[in-house]
Amino acid sequence: MPYLPFLIVFGLLPMIYALYLAVTNDIGGWVGFDNFTRTVRDFRFLPALKNVLLYTSVWLVSLIVLVVALALLLHGRANRVSSTFRFLFYLPGALAGAASVLVWLFMLDPAVSPGSFFLRHLLGSDLFVESIAPGKLPYVFAVIAFWTGAGGWIVVMYGALNTIPHDLEEAARIDGAGPLTIALRVKLPLIRKWIAYMAILAFATGTQLFVEPQLVNQASLGMVPDTWSSNQLAYQLAFRYGDFNGAAAISLDLILIGLVAATIIIRRTGLFRTED
Amino acid sequence: MRFAARALRFAILAVFGLFFAVPIVWLVLAPTKSDETLVTVGPFGFGGLGQVAEAWQHLDAFSGQIYRAWIGNSLVYALGATAIVLVTAIPAGYGLALSRFPGRKLLLTLTLVVMIMPAAALVLPIFLELEALRLIGSPLSVILPFAFFPFGVYLAYIYYSTAIPADLLDAARIDGCGEWSTFWRVALPLAKPVVALVFFFSFVSDWNNFFLPYAVLADSSQYPIQVGLSTLLSSTPSFNPASGGGGQQVGIFRPELALATLLAVIPVAIVFLLSQRALVRGLVAGAVKS
Repeated sequence: MPYLPFLIVFGLLPMIYALYLAVTNDIGGWVGFDNFTRTVRDFRFLPALKNVLLYTSVWLVSLIVLVVALALLLHGRANRVSSTFRFLFYLPGALAGAASVLVWLFMLDPAVSPGSFFLRHLLGSDLFVESIAPGKLPYVFAVIAFWTGAGGWIVVMYGALNTIPHDLEEAARIDGAGPLTIALRVKLPLIRKWIAYMAILAFATGTQLFVEPQLVNQASLGMVPDTWSSNQLAYQLAFRYGDFNGAAAISLDLILIGLVAATIIIRRTGLFRTED
Repeated sequence: MRFAARALRFAILAVFGLFFAVPIVWLVLAPTKSDETLVTVGPFGFGGLGQVAEAWQHLDAFSGQIYRAWIGNSLVYALGATAIVLVTAIPAGYGLALSRFPGRKLLLTLTLVVMIMPAAALVLPIFLELEALRLIGSPLSVILPFAFFPFGVYLAYIYYSTAIPADLLDAARIDGCGEWSTFWRVALPLAKPVVALVFFFSFVSDWNNFFLPYAVLADSSQYPIQVGLSTLLSSTPSFNPASGGGGQQVGIFRPELALATLLAVIPVAIVFLLSQRALVRGLVAGAVKS
């Protein structure tokens, strides 16, 4: 099985190596939790963590509420309109990573943006630098992530909704349920597992935010620090200061937060339970 | 009342439709304008096709046609890694789903754990590993980590364990096929949908990956396009007045940057358009029975 060496070299070993780095110093001596306490006390650690957690929660809530609502709306009447909108929602997914950030840097520049009206009146920014003021960034990044990621999840939810047997909907309708009741009482509970799955993946990728603040840092003349997110801080520690041990500790912090969140979500929703 | 509900539904969908579509429309129109007319003509004004050619000339001239090299690099990295993914993930999923061997459960659990683990978390240790292997700076330092794609194994596993009856393979074995030819002649041809699915996810995630190549590649001529775009961004004076002088010299302004972004997403957009239908069908086919 040729997959095995890849699993070991690029899956298992890096994980073990990260663990090892996090509890040792630069000459390989055991230091216990020293790297963790040291990095937490770093003055950049808490602001970065706060940024990342705020961004992740804004994104997660909007993703869950809007993706589910839009998928249910689209599924309410399956027709040409519905499939056109699905396609429209899905298309920005092709512009992930740096490309989506560049597009949104343009969108946030009141001089050229088609949404300059919203920028002026909602964000209160007449200049590009005002749009990317550090306090607004968690929301800005949440919008970018929603723009690129939501469509794919809407398609997945729509697909999941399609697997619900028609008889079930029919039975509810005969019992006098309107479209809204059917959507909320019949369809929603049946796609719960998919929502949980989406939440887990979104949470894990959300805390790993890197490319968005990195590019905004470049475009802001240093107004946005290059340690805005936790992952950026880890990168700076590793590559600017050669402190791979501290960087590994921060990576593990993020993984731990992701694992805790995943466990809570799995517990609360019964994802991966096989009997039902 | 019914009419009102329907109108409301359409209005909500239309508002979100605009939100998703407008930036793309803007991006397609932007390279037809010059840096000045971009501001004066209005966001949805059309400039001229001549302007697109001019923007391309500027872009192509940047650092001696380095833009072409970036696109080429991205193709090499994403296609090379995806080829290895297909060769490793499909047989692995098949083996995990349809044969029983010691360590199978462990292998499956590990795959799931690494799959849920965000790839960015492992970039730093992978960097140190590659350094130990003396691969830093070689294209392999990007291709090999990309070639490990546990999600592909998981997809193949789900597909083989739900969509293909084990009896079918037993029949092949009774007819005298060995393990290898059972896979090659029966299991692989049946796996076309999942091959397409794995190709899609692997290619797209490799093409869009920024962090790993950003960390392991030092020479800008080796960058994939995603990292290249960030280099272009720092040379664009409107976003980076500090490089204003540089921007004047290299001719990279907003239309050039928009064109660079637009061209950079074309390969993924093609894969997206081709795969939307297969994607929905494939994902759900796996989901129904799991």
